[in-house]
Amino acid sequence: MSDIAIAFNRFGLGARGDDSPPADPRRWLTAQFERFEQRPAPIAAAPARAEVAGQLADYLEEVRREGRGRSPQAPAPAMRPGMSENDQLAGLPDSARRFIRQSSRRNYVAMVGARTDAALTAPAPFVERMVHFWANHFAVSADRLTVIGLAGLLEFEAIRPHVLGRFGDMLLAVERHPAMLLYLDQAQSIGPESEGARLAARFGRGRQRRGLNENLAREILELHTLGVDGGYAQADVTEFARALTGWTVSGLTRGPAARFMGLRGAPGDFVFAERIHEPGARTLLGRTYAQDGEAQAQAMLSDLAADPRTARHLAHKLARHFAGDDPPAAMVRRIEQAWLRSGGGLAAVYGAIVDSPETWAPAPAKFRPPWDWTIAALRALGTRHIEAQPAVGLLNQLGQPVWRPGSPAGYDDVNASWSGPDALMRRVEAAERLAARTGGRIDARTLGPRILPGALGRATASAIARAESPGQGLALLLVSPEFLRR
Amino acid sequence: MHDRRTFLGQSAAAATLLLAAPHLAIAQAATDRRFVFVIQRGAADGLGTLAPTADPAFAGLRGAFAEDFAGGARIGDYTLHPALAQAAAMAAAREALFVHAIASPYRDRSHFDGQNVLETGGRAAYVLRDGWMNRLLALLPRAGARAIAVSATVPMVLRGGREVASYAPSALPDASDDLLTRVASLYEADAELHASWAQAMQTRTLAGDLSGEGGRNGAATGALAARLLGGAEGARIAVIETGGWDTHAGQRARLAFQLRGLDALLGALKAGLGAGWANTLVLVATEFGRTAAANGTGGTDHGTGALAMLLGGAVAGGRVVADWPGLGASALHEGRDLRPTLGLDTLIASAVSQHYRLDMPRAARALFPNMAGARALDGLIRA
Repeated sequence: MSDIAIAFNRFGLGARGDDSPPADPRRWLTAQFERFEQRPAPIAAAPARAEVAGQLADYLEEVRREGRGRSPQAPAPAMRPGMSENDQLAGLPDSARRFIRQSSRRNYVAMVGARTDAALTAPAPFVERMVHFWANHFAVSADRLTVIGLAGLLEFEAIRPHVLGRFGDMLLAVERHPAMLLYLDQAQSIGPESEGARLAARFGRGRQRRGLNENLAREILELHTLGVDGGYAQADVTEFARALTGWTVSGLTRGPAARFMGLRGAPGDFVFAERIHEPGARTLLGRTYAQDGEAQAQAMLSDLAADPRTARHLAHKLARHFAGDDPPAAMVRRIEQAWLRSGGGLAAVYGAIVDSPETWAPAPAKFRPPWDWTIAALRALGTRHIEAQPAVGLLNQLGQPVWRPGSPAGYDDVNASWSGPDALMRRVEAAERLAARTGGRIDARTLGPRILPGALGRATASAIARAESPGQGLALLLVSPEFLRR
Repeated sequence: MHDRRTFLGQSAAAATLLLAAPHLAIAQAATDRRFVFVIQRGAADGLGTLAPTADPAFAGLRGAFAEDFAGGARIGDYTLHPALAQAAAMAAAREALFVHAIASPYRDRSHFDGQNVLETGGRAAYVLRDGWMNRLLALLPRAGARAIAVSATVPMVLRGGREVASYAPSALPDASDDLLTRVASLYEADAELHASWAQAMQTRTLAGDLSGEGGRNGAATGALAARLLGGAEGARIAVIETGGWDTHAGQRARLAFQLRGLDALLGALKAGLGAGWANTLVLVATEFGRTAAANGTGGTDHGTGALAMLLGGAVAGGRVVADWPGLGASALHEGRDLRPTLGLDTLIASAVSQHYRLDMPRAARALFPNMAGARALDGLIRA
């Protein structure tokens, strides 16, 4: 691959047919830091948090009134390809069905459309790639009823504003976001010695034992910051979870308990509920945090963000994203040093990636995951807008539904996860279909060298030249080894 | 992206061909007659579909396969495979006509070339650049002359100068065989992709698209086609592609599955069209037949003479049309295949011109410009 092809594809979202080749590919990448749009038009037009959370609040209120045993946190049914909506919703109560229809259709779909359109028209494709990277790093999965409509907002509200800022600020914004607080059960976590817990033990229904939930605390340590080998113990998880009690979401429940806890307020906003917070000083990783209330977990997050183990964990993940499944140690070290020097300054970290010679190795090291491939294909075909529902469907078919990785670990970033036989067949099917939509108006023989300058092999060029139709030539370009990898 | 309608633009080559034959045999009034072509890709076994059970050589050539016909519907000297229950009912209602020992002009045994001839209507592969159904569209009155491919992409038979649509269910449709072949050679030098692709192709071969879920795929396709053809605004001509007919091994089970799927498709098409069935002609045809004898792996290999079916309320059916060549050793084409005694071109040109009341010689020249001057087959369509 030429440096230009690397800048377009390994760093960016794939070239558009009308992109002019940059004179200085490295400079072209870092100059994007100035051009990045935090709230581009498609995202500004997406459903607002108050609206989405308001619908969630209405649903939860309905569940409360119905007094059904079913937990509102029940997983949303998996959306398998080819499944009808009725199949998906079978067995759920009416209220949940109505809510899923509304929340998944209107909000989730609209937000996937906004993300897609933003990627198709991005003035700073390298920075968009980083947005997608961080959204997957801080993954929530839209397979819980309460998260479907909010999943996209985590990316729009907590990732985008900080993608060129400091990691610590992004971390704090993410952990306070309603999507994360609901997805990892933090919203319901109650300090066992808190005022709320003591009252609940005296007056509450005995069956509903509520208390500490360690889910978010554990995933912050294991996934978001230190990494699984980060040297923390179970006691650290529990202490961190105690400190996080009280971090919850306002306005989603309207019962007397919610009033007592002080959860009234605009639906979907972060709120610190003093009455369910575990009182007392906490010890995390050998350091004591004596702060009262909200500031306690905040101080912990701030220290976790600055921890060298976090720098190493993220340096490895970033290097792997660009330089292959087993990134060169020198490159990881370089990124780590930039991270530590800048105090988690993300623009400086990206700069170190651009400056790493390993990232400019001519041989492609990564297989494009379905999202990246789809965006690159649409950009290559000159698409600037696509309808949201078909975009959702296509990503489902290709095996990478947006914001639905099914686990807080996010989607795998290794080649073997994406290059299997069925995945390949689906890409070929999708490529034929996408190419057919162009109605023979695009000549792959001229497009190929423009989007993959200096990177298109002879075998691919001749396969394209021998194609039976312009559409078939395009399909072959989109599934060529050069286009599948970057 | 799944903007499900794909309109093909004008192609220069096709336009030239149309100009060479201007204003031929154009029917004037808008028609409410429907024509559906069900392509059987992969060389469907005609002898295994409508067995010449009265032919003394049949049982010996087919061995165990012949047992499958014990419970099938008898039509003259022939027996229909029992999986084709709805087609048998159509035959009983004189709505199905079977034409045996038939073939296109193609005499070699390559699927791709054979399908190209089947679809372009040329004398040989890659001679013509557009499909005969697209040329048929040009013969119909412009008002309401809409055509649709019930698939993601428009197959060759419907491609050409006239604009046509395609429509497929929202799940990703199968990619076309031609593209799959080209992808295979594109990946030849890439170890990772080559291995992955080889496995993908193997999986695909095992899952013929009609046989899925006991024929439910076939029924869904038939019902979808009926919706696309229904009502005053519906398409007048449609093409449906079916795959999975290349039964080199394990034919008894696979062909039964395939035929059940095809039967479900035809039944759902009839049910979905309702009263429109009376004005409908369905053609089922394949690129070539299969060997007269079973091979050593419980299957049959690429052959020559095949079976074609005409179905629909418009058909003067209930019978088999054949100039039966016999299955004796000396009667076989090249000593192995059912000898073709009727031209598929002739059948199609005759049926379609009778169906749409077109002048047969002129229609034949437009659809199959290189067709040898064969006598038309009369009385295929109810007067």
